[in-house]
Amino acid sequence: MTSAKDDRLVGRSVARREDPRLLSGRGRFVDDIELPGMLHAQFVRSTVAHGTITEIDLTRVRQVPGVVAAFTAADLELGDITAQLGRPLSEFVPTAMPVLARDRVRYVGEPVAVVVARDPYLAEDGLEAAKVTYAPLPPITCEEQALAPDAPRVHAEAAGNTLVDVGLFATEGIDEIFDQAPCVVHVDVRTGRQNALPLETRGAVAQWDAREEQLVLHACTQTPHQVRTVASRCLRLDERAVRVIVPDMGGGFGLKCVVGREEIAAAAAALRLGRPVKWIEDRKDALSASFLAREQHYTARAAFDADGRILGLDADVVCDMGAYSCYPFTAGIEPLMASAEMPGVYKVPAYRVRGRAITTNKAPTAPYRGVSRPQYVMAMERLMERAARELRLDPVEIRRRNVITDFPYTGVNNITYDPGSYLESLDLCERALREAGWYDRQAAATAEGRHIGIGYSCFSERTGYGSAAFAQRKMEVVPGFDLAEVRMDTSGAVTATTGTISHGQSHETTMAQIVADTLHLDIAKVKLHQGDTDRITYGWGTFASRSIAVGGSAVRLAAAKLGDKLRAIAAAEWGIPPEDTELDRGRVRRRDDPDVALSYERLADTAYLTSHLLPKDIDPGLTATAVFDVHNDGTFSNATHGVVVELHEGTGQVEILAYFCVEDCGVAVNPQVVEGQCRGGIAQGISGALFEQITYDAQGEPSATSFMDYKVPTAQEIPEVVIHHLETPCAFTATGAKGAGEGGTIGAPAAVLNAVNDALRPTGVELDNTPITPETVHRALTPRTPEQTP
Amino acid sequence: MNDTTGLGDDVQLITLDVNGTSYEVITAPRRTLVDVLRHDLRLTGTHVGCEHGICGACTVLVDGLPVRACLMFAAQAEGARITTVESLADPGTGELSDLQRAFTAHHGLQCGFCTPGFLMLAQGFLAERPEATKEDIREVVAANLCRCTGYQTIVEAIDACATARRSQRAMGAEEESCN
Repeated sequence: MTSAKDDRLVGRSVARREDPRLLSGRGRFVDDIELPGMLHAQFVRSTVAHGTITEIDLTRVRQVPGVVAAFTAADLELGDITAQLGRPLSEFVPTAMPVLARDRVRYVGEPVAVVVARDPYLAEDGLEAAKVTYAPLPPITCEEQALAPDAPRVHAEAAGNTLVDVGLFATEGIDEIFDQAPCVVHVDVRTGRQNALPLETRGAVAQWDAREEQLVLHACTQTPHQVRTVASRCLRLDERAVRVIVPDMGGGFGLKCVVGREEIAAAAAALRLGRPVKWIEDRKDALSASFLAREQHYTARAAFDADGRILGLDADVVCDMGAYSCYPFTAGIEPLMASAEMPGVYKVPAYRVRGRAITTNKAPTAPYRGVSRPQYVMAMERLMERAARELRLDPVEIRRRNVITDFPYTGVNNITYDPGSYLESLDLCERALREAGWYDRQAAATAEGRHIGIGYSCFSERTGYGSAAFAQRKMEVVPGFDLAEVRMDTSGAVTATTGTISHGQSHETTMAQIVADTLHLDIAKVKLHQGDTDRITYGWGTFASRSIAVGGSAVRLAAAKLGDKLRAIAAAEWGIPPEDTELDRGRVRRRDDPDVALSYERLADTAYLTSHLLPKDIDPGLTATAVFDVHNDGTFSNATHGVVVELHEGTGQVEILAYFCVEDCGVAVNPQVVEGQCRGGIAQGISGALFEQITYDAQGEPSATSFMDYKVPTAQEIPEVVIHHLETPCAFTATGAKGAGEGGTIGAPAAVLNAVNDALRPTGVELDNTPITPETVHRALTPRTPEQTP
Repeated sequence: MNDTTGLGDDVQLITLDVNGTSYEVITAPRRTLVDVLRHDLRLTGTHVGCEHGICGACTVLVDGLPVRACLMFAAQAEGARITTVESLADPGTGELSDLQRAFTAHHGLQCGFCTPGFLMLAQGFLAERPEATKEDIREVVAANLCRCTGYQTIVEAIDACATARRSQRAMGAEEESCN
């Protein structure tokens, strides 16, 4: 790398290269794909939460004008989707998720049959003619029912409706620590069931390509290679006979990183019918019958010394995963993530945790931006706040006394944290709020009888999960590494591939910045390919904020190798060692005589068109591949969020007056993109704290099936966010970057909850659960006469 | 059955004026405007996010006013001027409009799925209310949903575009008064 510091693109807010097409309507999303003779699929879905199927009668469906076919599980004979952990049955119970329900349904919305018609409207007509008869079973709709003795089982093989039950840590002597501690505080934190809610719903277009003897599956997925694996197994095709292509994607947020049933069923229908089949999920199905997220319950206690330092942490985590274990992550993803990482940014000397995943008759869950960290951070931050109250310490001061300051730090959870700015971000965030006058305003408002509160959250998020970190969970399918190829053609233009896939994160720009810098090449000469299993050798897709940290590192290494080859070709021509050459603005030049240089076009010509001129030890062509993995415990981005809220007495409304975020994701390849990720994440986190929830009634009927029932915040509810960047470069990635995708979502709920509690301080009420509804706040603010008090 | 349209027997011929071009479409009466735009006219820039009029991803202009194309039957749009996101960039050069450029400059989009809806909402609104303040813009933008940006940069982009247009108009007026 020879470019002068000020030429570098990494670190600059380079304008997004994907924007012109997305702004002018030239993006291509799954539903934009139209193929000759294409048919349209819709799914007959269960209307009961739990029951056995006694009859499926599709006779009338097949008579509906325009309906071409209707298939049940028996018609398609597909394999099941089964996610596995390599743990004993006492810790993990695998459950098969059939592509279409066979004899039993386990949630409202479960796909039972697929109807294929000439037009989506006609497919919907077909659904109305389906007759499915169920023998209902008692539904399990909450944790208490699931864990009750003698509860009916959602899956016969899962005793106690428990899919995962793992005690990852139990420090010896922890009970004595709690017995002797001067201060022990408890919390009981529950978070509501949410929908990750990408604006583009899921969808797929499947076609058999007879010439290639290949199923081409255009799918809206964050993990194309994993969808390929499942499709090939369910459809009993060689993996090479399946090509998954991901066009533009309208968000994912984790929901699209697990393999869904509908895309597999659509593919099976396309194979049966010999015609392309499109399935586009409608919003009702997306809200109620797609993958949901977040419903967790933490019963936790923490022991502190008299100075407010944590002595021990003891937690019981129950995650309601719904009806099925998601592929490939399994129902273990949430409880194992929480158990492994709960101490977070704090020095916790003793730790005991039990993590459970339970199954209920609700739509299954998928990872959602943050995965367990919004919840365990909330539990930790509530413990901090409660201890601060008990010990009469300032909420910021108690954090200051507990955050990790010496790096690398190996925690009681056996995780080694790479260097971060935990204390610095906390200090800077508090200072920013003070300097903006919020503490003064709070004091003045309190004197007027208004309810203004200030709240913080401090956290780190593991982002560069390599395969070593994922393997600790004992997944049988272990994500982690990524693979990149960088190739140059005879015009000196470069194509880079990545196994990650952008669904809004700007990879076409940020990856190109990395390549352009590494090769010292004009960014206009760089193009990125992503999301096509025939073009990309392998990849783990985009989730867990891994794209730039892991995928970007692979791209960086591949580009560097290509640069080495360019230098070797030039050096051979000059008869000098490659070390005596360097890359410089689209050329290789001699170090001893910088005016002597060969352009990349000229070197590419040699590599391809006159390769007989190359020395024997240099292969023709200009391609380089690299694999990157993080071999230790991962990289840790960190941040502190500070938020100011006002509670309105008459309505119980929580208004956010100000929001500050100090974040550190190592080297920010494109600061504007990083800020975009922060702001978007914070909006989703605020929404989880205040608005979004899908509840189920006693029959297992979901409460929210449209945007009339599910509150997604608008520009009126989401405040402006002030962002400060700190930069602790990461030693474990080739780019110095850590991940930046999930932090906002992780930090916001705890900060908002703490701010609300700060505003409620005079009432003595403390809230631990989200979403914080106006009813809850109104009740807390309304003084009750003794007769009214229950 | 001899239906070759794939739409059933109950079809009608309608004429739609979209981005200044007149199209004849054979369609079923129940087909929504957004489906006809996207699938019959292949103008796929306009997106479908909810099909019940809340998310606004399908916003187009009908006679200059923002309308949710998922809540309108195509047949109801006969005789009206329909404008979609495909009309914003210069048709000859492909050069983005000032509004589109402002979205890029302020990072007002990430996945880009909701973006055409926001652009058309802003396009219609600023034409009606060129003097709109940032707060007015925030209120209007609340009509549509975005899941990526947190809205701040969308509001900033539209506000910057409105401000630039006002200052351009002021300069134009000044030049005129000098002449």
